Amino acid sequence: MIYKPKRNRRSIPLLRVEASENTSKITRTSGVRGSRLSEEARAGLVFVSPFLLGFVIFTAGPLLFSLYLSFTAYDVLNPPKWIGLANYQRMFSDVRFSKTLFNTVYFTLLHVPTAIPIALGLALLLNANVRGLSFWRTAFYLPQITPVVAAGVLWLRILSPQDGLLNESLALFGIAGPKWTIDAQWVKPALVIMKSWSLGWMVIVYLAALKQVPRDLYEAAIVDGANAFERFWHVTLPMISSVLFFTLVMLTIFSLNVFTEPMVMFPPQVFGGQMGPQDSALFYVLYLFDQAFGKFNMGYASALAWVLFLISIVIVIIQTRGARRFVYTESGKV
Amino acid sequence: MIPSVSSSNQTSTPVIGNSPMLYVVGRIVLYAALLLFTAFFILPFVWLISNSLKDAAHAFDANWLPQPIEWANYVRIFQEVPLLQMARNSLIVAVMGVLAVVLSSSMIAYSLARLQFPGSNLVFLAVLGTMLLPSAVTLVPVYLIWKQLGLVNTLYPLWLGNLFGSSFYIFMLRQFFLNIPQDLIEAARVDGANYYRIYWQIMLPLVRPALLSVAIFEFQAKWNDVMTPLIYIQNPDLRMLPLGLQIFVQHLGYGQFRWELLFAASVLVTLPMILIFFLAQKQFIEGIATTGIKG
Repeated sequence: MIYKPKRNRRSIPLLRVEASENTSKITRTSGVRGSRLSEEARAGLVFVSPFLLGFVIFTAGPLLFSLYLSFTAYDVLNPPKWIGLANYQRMFSDVRFSKTLFNTVYFTLLHVPTAIPIALGLALLLNANVRGLSFWRTAFYLPQITPVVAAGVLWLRILSPQDGLLNESLALFGIAGPKWTIDAQWVKPALVIMKSWSLGWMVIVYLAALKQVPRDLYEAAIVDGANAFERFWHVTLPMISSVLFFTLVMLTIFSLNVFTEPMVMFPPQVFGGQMGPQDSALFYVLYLFDQAFGKFNMGYASALAWVLFLISIVIVIIQTRGARRFVYTESGKV
Repeated sequence: MIPSVSSSNQTSTPVIGNSPMLYVVGRIVLYAALLLFTAFFILPFVWLISNSLKDAAHAFDANWLPQPIEWANYVRIFQEVPLLQMARNSLIVAVMGVLAVVLSSSMIAYSLARLQFPGSNLVFLAVLGTMLLPSAVTLVPVYLIWKQLGLVNTLYPLWLGNLFGSSFYIFMLRQFFLNIPQDLIEAARVDGANYYRIYWQIMLPLVRPALLSVAIFEFQAKWNDVMTPLIYIQNPDLRMLPLGLQIFVQHLGYGQFRWELLFAASVLVTLPMILIFFLAQKQFIEGIATTGIKG
């Protein structure tokens, strides 16, 4: 029989672990003794207390405080002054903000749909019983180890329009390469190529997922006469779909938060205060960072941060909704 | 529930096809594709090393083999930028950060995975929520906290927060703790071990590969972090390696075009990470492979 993905009920990606939790808790002996906390509950609370403390101080508190700051004008030196929605209104007339939003969305839409198939393709190649797996794995992971600053500088040279490695390679095939780092139109594709270089983490995650697909499913599919493509489509894809979804969410969040690469490759010192030619490398967090720690507009920066937060939530919700139709797991949870 | 098979030794794709001709052709195509991609991943790095060994006059040329080979670049970088001092700062932050995050995250993960206490589900939800929160949202208030504490311009803001655990690692380690047989814990309980001893003497040793993965991830994150030092460090004596490379870009790279020095410094900064990855590769990969990111 061909393996058919089932529709599943719930799709919150990171909650699916609960199923295995139940089994581990069945054989518990020490329950609650009397009305006071058991020894186990006390130990449990002691163990999570660092997280609770950190959550209150570094997450929940700052989250609320940044919400408050987003309604104020605040330059760190003087106390915050309440200005209502002015920071949010300012975004509508802020030309650099709309540029930033456009750049970030454009980059994400270009990066995520190309990176996932490439990484999956590489993982599939590595999964086909190749010899010297550890060599290939290291090779694919090498860019990940390279410090982003080094990688950024390296790619600046590779993408150099005159004598860069990429354009010289293209010239071998008679193609005149674009001015990657100079032409504002090509800056984002250039960054996407550069980012595709360091998707080794995804390859490794996919490879781990592929190794966990039960072998008898393939054997059953072969008995049923499924060809290689059908096996991929009806067995492999459904079985790794939850991992695909996990990487989709993570990669989207990473892309929306891209910071270091453009910071290294297109520093404002070089482009007359702009990020890259005509601000073409001005991404969301870079702009936020500049407002917060360059111009000390902490209020406006906080408003920017909250808008990014809301955008991220909306996107993850949309992705989760979409995933319900495609993601298969045995527990029915995504 | 997904069975957690630790099947790194299991080959999951069966050999395709019944014609040996087809098989050979398939293999050739496979390795050709692998080599092509590997070139994409490795050649830039080879090119980096090659360029780090060229002298100033040839720094721009397209030759793969540097002529003459200028080993002195690797001496000169130490004269241009206080690399050793930066490496020391980076090392302090990375090592302290790793120790703090491994200890705290594993404690929290153990509790969430194996101990029953009121509100544990809520805590786990908070962990997941923190994981999805863009760090930019809390950037400003967190900066203000450190400023209030008078710790801006010290190395503490760069690693001290790790003592509170990191949601991604908590989630990852929790999956490991879930897989440890309950019998082991029961046996230890019967022998009179309390939950703290069970954590330290039974649970931690059993998840060593996972702890190592966390350590490598975190070391790499700290070693490469550009943004946090940019926020908290103005004191030149406290600058770290990524910023040191930035100096080469800004002052030497664009000003005097000393690319070869920049590349030499980049190679040196990358080397420790490659070394660590090679030494830990097997355990590291197994760690990720069984993390149960799949659940």
